[in-house]
Amino acid sequence: MTALLTAPAAFTTATIDYVALLPLFVVFGGALLGVLVEAFVPRSSRFQAQVALTVVVLVAALVAVAVGAVNHRGVTAGTAGADGILRGAVVIDGPSLFIQSIILVFALLAVFTYAERLGGVGSDTFTPMGAAVPGSAGEAEALRAGAMTAEVFPLLLFSVAGMMLFPSAGDLLTMFVALEVLSLPLYIMCGLSRRRRLLSQEASLKYFLLGAFSSAFFLFGAALLYGYAGSVYLPAIAAAIASPVSGLGGLLVPGILLIAVGLLFKVGAVPFHMWTPDVYQGAPTPVTGFMAAGTKAAAFGAILRFFYVGVDQAVWDWRPVLMVVAALTMVVGAVLSVTQTDMKRLLAYSSIAHAGFVLLGVTAVSREGVSGTLFYVLAYGLTSLAAFGIIALVRENGSEATHLSQWAGLGKRHPWTAGVYAFLLLAFAGIPLTSGFTAKFAVFAPMLALHTAGSTALVVLALLCSAITVFVYARIIVLMYFTEPTHDDVAVVDASGGTIATIAVGSVLTLVLGVAPAFVLNLAAQASQFVR
Amino acid sequence: MNQFPWLTLIGALPAVGALVLWLLPASVAGRAKQIALGFSLVTLLLTVLAALQYQPSSTERFQLVEQHQWIPQFGVSYALGVDGIALVLILMSVILVPICLLAAWRDLPADQVGREPHYFALMLSLETFMVGVFAATDVFLFYVFFEAMLIPVYFLIGQFGGARRQYAAMKFLLFSLAGGLIMLAAVIALYTQGPGGTDGFLVSKLTGLAMPQSTERLIFLGFFLAFAVKAPMVPVHTWLPDAATESRPATATLLVGVFDKVGTYGMIRFCLELFPGASQWATPVVIVLAVVSIIYGALLAIGQTDIMRLIAFTSISHFGFIVLGIFAVTTTSWAGSSLYMLNHGFSTAGLFLFAGMLISRKRSKRIPDFGGWQRIVPGLAGIWLVAGLSSLALPGLGSFISEFLVLAGTFQRYQVLTVIATSGIILAALYILLMYQRMMTGPKPEDAVGTPDLSLREKWVAIPLIALFLVLGFYPKPVMDVINPTVKTILTSVNISDPAPAAGTVEGSSK
Repeated sequence: MTALLTAPAAFTTATIDYVALLPLFVVFGGALLGVLVEAFVPRSSRFQAQVALTVVVLVAALVAVAVGAVNHRGVTAGTAGADGILRGAVVIDGPSLFIQSIILVFALLAVFTYAERLGGVGSDTFTPMGAAVPGSAGEAEALRAGAMTAEVFPLLLFSVAGMMLFPSAGDLLTMFVALEVLSLPLYIMCGLSRRRRLLSQEASLKYFLLGAFSSAFFLFGAALLYGYAGSVYLPAIAAAIASPVSGLGGLLVPGILLIAVGLLFKVGAVPFHMWTPDVYQGAPTPVTGFMAAGTKAAAFGAILRFFYVGVDQAVWDWRPVLMVVAALTMVVGAVLSVTQTDMKRLLAYSSIAHAGFVLLGVTAVSREGVSGTLFYVLAYGLTSLAAFGIIALVRENGSEATHLSQWAGLGKRHPWTAGVYAFLLLAFAGIPLTSGFTAKFAVFAPMLALHTAGSTALVVLALLCSAITVFVYARIIVLMYFTEPTHDDVAVVDASGGTIATIAVGSVLTLVLGVAPAFVLNLAAQASQFVR
Repeated sequence: MNQFPWLTLIGALPAVGALVLWLLPASVAGRAKQIALGFSLVTLLLTVLAALQYQPSSTERFQLVEQHQWIPQFGVSYALGVDGIALVLILMSVILVPICLLAAWRDLPADQVGREPHYFALMLSLETFMVGVFAATDVFLFYVFFEAMLIPVYFLIGQFGGARRQYAAMKFLLFSLAGGLIMLAAVIALYTQGPGGTDGFLVSKLTGLAMPQSTERLIFLGFFLAFAVKAPMVPVHTWLPDAATESRPATATLLVGVFDKVGTYGMIRFCLELFPGASQWATPVVIVLAVVSIIYGALLAIGQTDIMRLIAFTSISHFGFIVLGIFAVTTTSWAGSSLYMLNHGFSTAGLFLFAGMLISRKRSKRIPDFGGWQRIVPGLAGIWLVAGLSSLALPGLGSFISEFLVLAGTFQRYQVLTVIATSGIILAALYILLMYQRMMTGPKPEDAVGTPDLSLREKWVAIPLIALFLVLGFYPKPVMDVINPTVKTILTSVNISDPAPAAGTVEGSSK
């Protein structure tokens, strides 16, 4: 009782480095502004206003990251405790800056695919009226009234803000908030497809339910770790592991594992991957592309921060688990992608396999592992954005031709599109002179450098899985080039300059990161040190 | 250290040619083959000029050296250079490419002229990778070329091949990639054993490493498997007959004649030079497999009814000789194997390309469909016989000397196996002469009367090849002068000396 009655010690205000946080403020502010635009700008010019606003906000945030935040590294939005441990909600250091900038680049590329109108009034991809029952009179009425879904742009910005905060979070609660901020807009965007509405809404619901479920795991894990360490701040948890309090040891491993479930769900690691194929298939293709690129980057950033900063002292407890998860993820992703008949589902399973490869970099627990992981998510994201950009353009009678058989003979009629897509597939497969090869090398090498039987076996397994995925991608190339066309109505629609630019930038960078990766590898290596 | 970048130039020129062809406007698509031939001839000229700069007597391990940082974070350099063996193989590649282009002149029917730029561009891009793979003196760079060259071959088979081309292309790709990916693990593991640093992948940095025995053996196996798939050794040879029969003759020539040489070349350059200990450990198995390849390939060749498959199986037999010579590790057998790589390239080219001429006339690949053709196309029958004789190692034609050297060198170490391997020569006479007999002799086939004999273009394909058979058969000294110093250098560096000649002990001599 007396403890409650004594007045708290002098209240210390948190110190906040506003320059370091500027990119986050810009994106959050831009998103809120987007909501106002949605409310007040007339329908006729709303779409253009939203696109312009989003692009300006993303570019401004990128400039803020590059110019301001780089020189303002450190723990911010918190206070230093008496024990010398910095308790900050946000940490701006190498990995978070790297991931923030690549997420902004991904978003910038994705905006152009979001804004693809194909000559219509609003975005071609998104339904004009998300709330209407598919095929109902209400939907038709909304269409006649010229309704359109321009709110995807502020939703995108909110999601980007969450993704930027996720890997920068210095405590488990901030991390949880960021997780929700990035996920909720994605759940909505997944359900807004213009065509195949039911599939899209099903995907959205599935993603939401499973996502909420995994968030609960995360929160429960955070509670256990709070019980263990008496703090939600990652450095404080690390300090508690270094000097454990007897009697609480039983909370540590369950806490770590439960949080791992929440984080691994976001990257689609086996056995938490069930949502991936359905959501990738059902979501509007530009959303899928953005999700594949951005969510993976953000979630791997958060995984790195949690495991490397928070619980790295307990590495012997969690590394075997992550190695098993990585092995399962690679094998399941690779093997199941063989049987797919839908292009988007196929890339979903391939993204699962890729998540397994990235996990190798994570489990290496070295600076090289961090830089390899950072490089991989960048390379994979760029290739994915370009690939989904192309998928959105291959149409049969207006709707996307995602069934594999519809791609037969595409190389004969659209050599450029098929050529670029084949190149992107080779990058996914990890053929030398593409970014995929460099990226795989960057995560395999630190793993092999561990010189343990387990790590060597894992790398060999990864290479075997690569061979399986090569078969999958080669089959698509066979389909596009060596097979006679069966669907005569399949054609590549004329896209706007924006979509073309996204595909071009993604493909060119895929080549550049394969042929001359030294500059970006150097950046990733410099960015591989966490501030604790 | 960096002089005029000969090797880069030789490698880049065909790539430029390929780009030009891919960007060629459709209106001039018909000129694609002339452009491709021009680029390949200039490349050949440059290579000859570069070869003249090469000094066999020099003590430098590599000449025409270029070295630049490429990916310092991984320890990767862009490092090129040649020794005698590599130089000879590069020369072989750039000689074969224009011949193949010429042979492929009318591969596509007139209504498909629009696909010609792509077809010839693929061959030129393959030439770039072939030069690169032989010239790379950085293990990582070698691997990059090693894998990248699969892609043009894959498209050459898959897009321009025969009826079962999809199956053959996929099988080819999967076999090669599976081997290649295992090698990737070995490549990375080798780096972690080496000194590291920003140029840690250079061959010179990785030679003579002291590493744990089990590690060395595992890494050796990673490399060896990839090379065994590539230089098709029994039991991982099954992709080759399918790939060869489903591809165009020109593609098959480059595939078997050059592409597969990367495997045997890699065995010398990487397996034996980097892991001498592990190589010795593996030798008993490898040479038995090599002898099995010789006999098995030859026996299956006798039984084939498809000309292209038959040639593929003869190659499996010949690759058995090359591998046998490499793993016998004597000066003579290595000189023989190196020379064999060159001779096999040309004699296989002869077989495949001349077979292509026959097939395009008869529109069938089946041997029983022919018969008596020497009465209709005597010229073609003549060069067909010469190519066959070169393949069965008739004295006076190229392969004889190399086969003899391999067997003589191997006999110094493994007498019994050499005797068994020698029976491969007899089987070679069987498969070649039986094929000739079935196709060329017999009554005049009435349905084929009027088939034209060799055209001028085809003569220009045949002349250089037959000239090479004869030159290499009668006067191989210039080539041997280039190869021998390299062989000696490598053998000295891995510290293996020839067994002392077994002079028969004179009875009654003092003990």
